[in-house]
Amino acid sequence: MPVTLAAAIAVNRFGLGARPGELDVASKDPKDWLSRQITNKSAFELPVPGLLTTRVAAEALSEYLQDLKVKTEGKAGKLSPEDQEEAILKPLKQLRDITINEIEARTQHALTTQTSFAERLVLFWSNHFTVSANKAVTIPFAGVFEREVIRVGMTGTFADLLVASTRHPGMLLYLDQAQSMGPNSKAGKRRDKGLNENLAREILELQTLGAQGGYTQADVTEFAKALTGWSLAGPRTKRLVPDADPGDFIFVDRFHEPGARTVMGKRYTGTDEGQGEAILRDLANHPSTAQRIAIKLARHFISDDPPAAAVEALAKSFRTSGGRLPALHETLIALEAAWQPEARKFKSPNEFFLSALRLAGLPKIERKGIVAAYGLLGQVPYQAPSPEGWPDDAASWAGPDAVIKRVEWSQALSDRLGSKIRPEDMMRAALGPALSARTVQSIARAESASQGLTLALMSPEFQRR
Amino acid sequence: MTLPLMTRRAALIAGGAAFLAGSAGALTVSKQAGDRKFVLVILRGAMDGLAAAAPYGDAHYRALRGKLALAAPGEVGGVLPLTEGFGLHPNLTFLHERWAGSELAILPACASPYRERSHFDGQDVLETGAAEVFGASDGWLGRALTALPPGEAREAVAISSALPLVLRGSASATSWAPSFAPSASDDTLNRLMDLYAGDAILGPALASAIETNAIASASGMDTMGGKGRRAGPVAYKGLAEAAGRLLSAEGGPAAAVLSFDGWDTHANQGAANGQLALRLAGLDAALRALKDGLGPHWSQTVVAVVTEFGRTVAENGTGGTDHGTGSTAFLLGGAVSGGKFAGEWPGLAPKALFQGRDVAPATDLRSVFMTVLQDHWGLERGLMTRTVFPDAGGVRAIEGLVRV
Repeated sequence: MPVTLAAAIAVNRFGLGARPGELDVASKDPKDWLSRQITNKSAFELPVPGLLTTRVAAEALSEYLQDLKVKTEGKAGKLSPEDQEEAILKPLKQLRDITINEIEARTQHALTTQTSFAERLVLFWSNHFTVSANKAVTIPFAGVFEREVIRVGMTGTFADLLVASTRHPGMLLYLDQAQSMGPNSKAGKRRDKGLNENLAREILELQTLGAQGGYTQADVTEFAKALTGWSLAGPRTKRLVPDADPGDFIFVDRFHEPGARTVMGKRYTGTDEGQGEAILRDLANHPSTAQRIAIKLARHFISDDPPAAAVEALAKSFRTSGGRLPALHETLIALEAAWQPEARKFKSPNEFFLSALRLAGLPKIERKGIVAAYGLLGQVPYQAPSPEGWPDDAASWAGPDAVIKRVEWSQALSDRLGSKIRPEDMMRAALGPALSARTVQSIARAESASQGLTLALMSPEFQRR
Repeated sequence: MTLPLMTRRAALIAGGAAFLAGSAGALTVSKQAGDRKFVLVILRGAMDGLAAAAPYGDAHYRALRGKLALAAPGEVGGVLPLTEGFGLHPNLTFLHERWAGSELAILPACASPYRERSHFDGQDVLETGAAEVFGASDGWLGRALTALPPGEAREAVAISSALPLVLRGSASATSWAPSFAPSASDDTLNRLMDLYAGDAILGPALASAIETNAIASASGMDTMGGKGRRAGPVAYKGLAEAAGRLLSAEGGPAAAVLSFDGWDTHANQGAANGQLALRLAGLDAALRALKDGLGPHWSQTVVAVVTEFGRTVAENGTGGTDHGTGSTAFLLGGAVSGGKFAGEWPGLAPKALFQGRDVAPATDLRSVFMTVLQDHWGLERGLMTRTVFPDAGGVRAIEGLVRV
């Protein structure tokens, strides 16, 4: 069977890039190749043993904080450089190893998976619900958040995903919710502590309605008050919720602001976590949320400035299916605009990195240097700079310096693969009919196979999807 | 790197024949016009202006700020004295030296026209220079570079992998960041330039990078590697050093944009010590390194330090502050007529606060940028209102801040 352009689009635009032989498989029925991935729970799993559960991650964080306290308490400014190394840097490095394990596992899986559309969807939604390991307390949770919330939620509804995300320790700590107390709560009245509106604001602005979605500062404050009490179990909460295990979601009644709340014009009574959850579910099903998710999906799979009809089709699917993710993803596959022959999306560093390694057919990634490689290209997994997550447009990724870093990395990879490679064949296997005559000619004229592969990886068609 | 590449870059950008008037002009005359340097430092995440320059003499300061309040000058952890009842954070020692040397002007209640509280939208307005979110797709500094007449052409560099929004829209803007990997071979780059002949994104990007790399390697920066890649506030210094060296190199750009992340202090921000204090120390060290890197060019430099918006005046429930409105901006450099405050200070009285919670915006940040472009770079007022800040009707430059 001949390799079709549709197969190249399915594997490279929707998936993470073709591995050798993958286009042949997808050519039989490209849309079916995609559809079969989105309802299959196991397609979204990360089958790597030995990664931490949320509970073990919470225990690791407690140990770290306890250890730090013992070694540094009362010693501010008095630690010698050696003591600082021992007391602060070494434990932090151990904590960071958790993230490196996650990065290694996810990358390894992405290199070989045969359901790379499912994997791309995981990356998309994980970015929508960003938990960055750029704070010490979130380091142990960023990876497990993706595995236990995002991957698990891919066959359910957006509302369930939002609720699960908001309850997870990773999100509660990343957006400062865990210590937030109502000013009139039992604990808030007694202590010099109170409300933190960060999580409430970012849920409204980034995860649901969007900044232009029609909410006000009053909505933020009210929603933040409804969320007070949402926290996680740790050493200091034992007294409050004795039977919870470390890392469990807990509702701390003593932190909760009493009374009814009004958010987006609707009144929410309720005295426990049900109040916050009811608001979350209404936000999840709000038309502004459908619109925002639709735009983000269309932008990710079609172009930086996607056609309005495609956005509307996705928004409608979101609304009519009650935010069912498989239905939404099926609508995406059916969009004509997503199958346009011209590749309009400039690959993010992560997409470029994975697609290049898949093209090379590498079976295994080396742990050593993996973070440095991602860092060179400008996108270390689980290290998004802000709650907005990584950007998704060419203007953010195709800066002059970023392009030259891609050349440097491509050259290093090509040099390592040696002289026995056949760049043109590799490119044909990965891109099929999407490979241009101009790039073929450039590869043919290269002074070495290694230079040929560098040119191939940096070609306009391989830099896009 | 050889000159033909630069010429090809210009040709690529301008689409061929028409390039002679634009970028090629920049390459030949930039030496002169480019002597007056401008560095824009964007503190991303909303810097707490009241922590940087504290109005410790304000009657409401201590009550509102709670544990975040800084002590008076002379006390333990006390602020460094300024005038008007203000003091600098104790970690801003370099800035305090500049104040004493009349090279620092402080604008205590600045804001862009944006009045909501989203970081991303706030940075969008700060960088586009428009009156509202998504009001423009390019940046005000990018438009200013494009609008300069040929004899006044200047170039700019962002010390980052991506080109920040503020510089988008100009063919004379590029980006640069220190690298670990062996640099790409010239031959490969030449071949890629051929391959990118029809590519509107990759062609101009690679051409621009090649040129900046040439400047960087000529000033010995291609070996600085890891230094600039450290995370957190210690990384600011390496980036600022790089900016100083690029700007002061022969034929170097006239403007640099630095972005320092991590100012979103919602919890446990600390006062004289703590996480925000560390960031301020990192910023201070970076500005000192920038001055050192600029060497004699410092005397003709203006540095603007700005953030997308301020933070709440009152401490929140978790020892931090939430998103606010007015914040502090700094103008410093040898070309700044400083040692003084500029713009209004609305004070912290309950009625003076914006929406009862934030420092009220008294100075439009666009007037600060106009001051630099008009008084430091000599852009005509007409160009400013037509092209650079077309939405900034009544906004004017602030007089007396730049030594002409």
